[in-house]
Amino acid sequence: MSTRLFGEPVRRREDRRLLTGRGRYVDDLGPDALAAAFVRSPHARARIRDIDVSAALDVEGLVAVYTWEDLPERVGRPLPLLIPHPALTHGRTAYPLARDVVRHVGEPVVMVVAADRYLAEDACALIHVDYEPLKPVVGLEEAAHGARLVHDDVPGNVGARLLQEVPGRDGRSAREAIEEAPHTLAFRLDIERSASMPLEGRGVHARWDGTDLRVHSSTQTSTSVRMAVAAALGLPLPHVEVVAPDVGGGFGVKIVHPWPEEILVPWAAMTLGREVKWSEDRREHFISSAHERAQVQYVRVGFDDDGRVLGLDVTILHDHGAYTPYGIIVPIITSTQLLGPYKIGAYRVEFSSIYTNTVQVTPYRGAGRPQGVFCMERTMDKIARHLGKDRTEVRRANFIEPDEFPYDQGMTFQDGRPLIYDSGDYPRMLAMLKELIGWEAFERRPGRGIGVGCYVEGTGVGPYEGGHVQVTSDGCVHVSTGLTSQGQGHETVFAQIAASELGVPIERISVVTGDTRRFGYAVGTFASRAAVVSGNAIALACRKVRAKALRIAADALEADPADLEITDGTVHVVGAPSASIPLATVAVLANPLRYAFDEEAARATQFAGSSAPDRPPVAEGDEPGLEGRDYYSPIRSTFAAGMHAAIVETDPLTAEVRVVRYAVIHDCGRLVNPMIVEGQIHGGVAQGVGGALYERMVYDGDGQLLNASFMDFLMPYATEVPRIETGHLETPSPLNPLGVKGAGEAGVIPVSAVIASAVEDAEGFPVDRMPISPSELFDLRRRHAEG
Amino acid sequence: MKPPPFTYHAPRDLRAALDLLAEVDGKVLAGGQSLIPLLNMRLAAPAHVVDVNRLPGLSGIEAGPGGVTVGALARQAEVARAGVHPLLGQALRLVAHPVIRNRGTVVGSLVHADPAAELPAVLAVLGGSVRLARRAPGGSGEPAVREVAADAFFAGPLESAAEPGELAVSAFFPALPPRSGSAFEEVARRHGDYALAGVCAVVTLDEDLHVAAARVACVGVGPVPVVADVSEVCGRRPAATVPWEAVTEAVRRAVEPEDDIHASAAYRLHLVGVLAERALREAAARAAAPP
Repeated sequence: MSTRLFGEPVRRREDRRLLTGRGRYVDDLGPDALAAAFVRSPHARARIRDIDVSAALDVEGLVAVYTWEDLPERVGRPLPLLIPHPALTHGRTAYPLARDVVRHVGEPVVMVVAADRYLAEDACALIHVDYEPLKPVVGLEEAAHGARLVHDDVPGNVGARLLQEVPGRDGRSAREAIEEAPHTLAFRLDIERSASMPLEGRGVHARWDGTDLRVHSSTQTSTSVRMAVAAALGLPLPHVEVVAPDVGGGFGVKIVHPWPEEILVPWAAMTLGREVKWSEDRREHFISSAHERAQVQYVRVGFDDDGRVLGLDVTILHDHGAYTPYGIIVPIITSTQLLGPYKIGAYRVEFSSIYTNTVQVTPYRGAGRPQGVFCMERTMDKIARHLGKDRTEVRRANFIEPDEFPYDQGMTFQDGRPLIYDSGDYPRMLAMLKELIGWEAFERRPGRGIGVGCYVEGTGVGPYEGGHVQVTSDGCVHVSTGLTSQGQGHETVFAQIAASELGVPIERISVVTGDTRRFGYAVGTFASRAAVVSGNAIALACRKVRAKALRIAADALEADPADLEITDGTVHVVGAPSASIPLATVAVLANPLRYAFDEEAARATQFAGSSAPDRPPVAEGDEPGLEGRDYYSPIRSTFAAGMHAAIVETDPLTAEVRVVRYAVIHDCGRLVNPMIVEGQIHGGVAQGVGGALYERMVYDGDGQLLNASFMDFLMPYATEVPRIETGHLETPSPLNPLGVKGAGEAGVIPVSAVIASAVEDAEGFPVDRMPISPSELFDLRRRHAEG
Repeated sequence: MKPPPFTYHAPRDLRAALDLLAEVDGKVLAGGQSLIPLLNMRLAAPAHVVDVNRLPGLSGIEAGPGGVTVGALARQAEVARAGVHPLLGQALRLVAHPVIRNRGTVVGSLVHADPAAELPAVLAVLGGSVRLARRAPGGSGEPAVREVAADAFFAGPLESAAEPGELAVSAFFPALPPRSGSAFEEVARRHGDYALAGVCAVVTLDEDLHVAAARVACVGVGPVPVVADVSEVCGRRPAATVPWEAVTEAVRRAVEPEDDIHASAAYRLHLVGVLAERALREAAARAAAPP
């Protein structure tokens, strides 16, 4: 096919719009909407004695002030616990506005609606909330001690405890295997908090016309926000539409829903009969959305002389903040994906998911994997060090071999399905990486080190996505899918898939995502799933359309459909190019008409003689129009993999860490667009460098977030991100028609492990806590120099 | 992140601006790179904002034999491009990012008096001064002007000697003496961030290329730029034989760094010595081999 675009580095079709300021984000909508702002708790833990709004009432332009007591019963209920799990015995969610108590700095207490955001903030400043501050629970180990409680009815601050055990082939438990192993090591690892920091914060705009509610939200799931809003407001689903317009990044934080604001803003719009809009500012994003990463891990490992792991026992304390709206997905992913590309003898992992008086923890790009990979890769490095072996050799000794797929890790993954890897070639990947970075030739010297890290990522989780494809009578193809876009390049990638499947030039293809008016059934964009789940659904929908087009064209051309192909938007007989019919005409013929509103349409009207008079114009079982809808529901996740290596230099005097080289080998099955995959990897690595060397959430003992601004929360600039060298390996997934695997999160996953490995190599002492700053490296040097 | 209400003034001449500043509780807006974020985060709530960007005659960058006078509206990028003072150029490369330097003013940075900022250290190490103007006593006649030396100008963290009613109209950066070199060394977490610690140095050599004078000003390690004269510790000798350990010790003794979320006091103390040696060596090298 001349329109074979699958696998080509097609330039991103959305970039012109997004890069020249023509994107339309939530805050660009509703210029006349009223503005909402929130009074948020300045205390990490407090009882609310009284709320006095009287001073705010004098603010000119004030429209409404709401506290929890003003909310109707349905609206004021605790927010849903989105992903229940049997182990989550003490799941707790917040009220949309605080009811009697606040549990973290930033929790919304009062909602103000005013003529504009300036006035709304003026009013907020005049509202007096009388708090009785209580000593907060901050810090994982203190919280796990349970002396003070975040929720009075959650003993020990433990929201969930989950133990998973995979015995070895000989039936021994991990602890038995470790006891009997020739070598054992025990250590503790720490990873600090970070967070998704999309360029655009959250935002909600709502318009109520008396019957129908339209909501624009900067969300990763418009369909589910729609259902949540309809449920909370008691509206019939067909009267609610939710659109995710251009979204300036998500990275996980926008999959959480409904946010309090997603309920309160539409409710206020209905109550006031006016358009209402709320745009999150950066400080709100820091203290009122979600964070991730923080874990403490206690590891015991037993291994043989070759470094093969015989038993691994990991106990994890996971800090999930004040509430658990997204369940325990993050620690489940940590404990399962920790295994990476390895087959280890016996495995025991137990996590406790702990409440603290801090911002809630929900998935952030990588979603628990960076922690798990940090644990496993630190373990591999420690084994190598203990045995005096090359670090890649130890990894190689533990790999799952290429002929062992599908490989069952014997665990339950985040989708409730067995953790079975579908395909991969880990030894080859490691060989490619060593070649790319020059592992063997690397010259080690003090202050210069090399590090490595491997991971496997379960991508493309279900339950499903759908695609709708319509060919209109102008020959244009309109593709829609329900999941949302946050800048990943879906408009390009989905158009490439449709162009390849349908044989239509990409210029004639448009793609719409995240608009419930166009597609009502979807899950959302997260877990590196869009290309896998929506991509395959769109391909299947295209195949339906193609089959129908060939059937109609065969009729018109008096040919056998099997002899037809579609090229450049025209159906023709193979080998007889003159016997052809444009897809546009096929679309006309697909829809029998009574009215000829234009020249094309005249060809499909009742006197045009195009249909047999003895049959109904639309045959039984057929539908008018050239369109198709299909769904893809994966049986389980497909497992992508990657291996990274870095060379770092550490300044002997200032303890600054410089990443000199960064190499990535990545396998996400068949590549739809290698340029976009590469871009995803670059972005992921940049975020990973942030997590490894710069970003952390600094809470003090009072539960105040001390660095809630871009001045003190250090995201790397372009000047801090190394040039990234990449290589691709393609082991197609046998699980889906396109053979693709997800790539969205990949780049970020192993970076902390890789940089720790390289810094450790440069310095000669263990690095067990990330991120690491120059000041911390300086302290470590002193401690090790003192012995 | 919207500012609280304030009254905005945009006077067209200096006298009108000084009248306003004498009459109202106002903040001066020049480049706005510190004031606007403070307003938006509601950390500052002045009743009046006096925008001085329309005042004539304050954009000058005048280099004379004795030094360079930088007007209140001269942007950091303009001053860097003018190439009028080596140390200013070395410092401005470390100040934030191009878009900030395009708007931010040199004098504004001095008045803001952030103890981690580079420009106050430059003024301090050079022994420069800031010219402050206020409405004439009695309200008529020429404005009252006073010149405040750097060591008196920086009063504390984010606190300068400029009093309510006063406008900083210019700053004077003395030229380097003959056979002098300068350098600015710092460690920031990211390129363009405020430094964890930084040191600018001026070294003057005698005719035998022995160190005649050596001064440093350190940022991020005290409430104001910490100036240390290390001429005596260096001794009258070639830079290559200066007892650097004693010099760095002398600098470390002069500073009092504190812990914050980005670095410990111990690290900053270590760093300031490392950076002092680097800056002094570099300055001495430049003094010996002028460009």
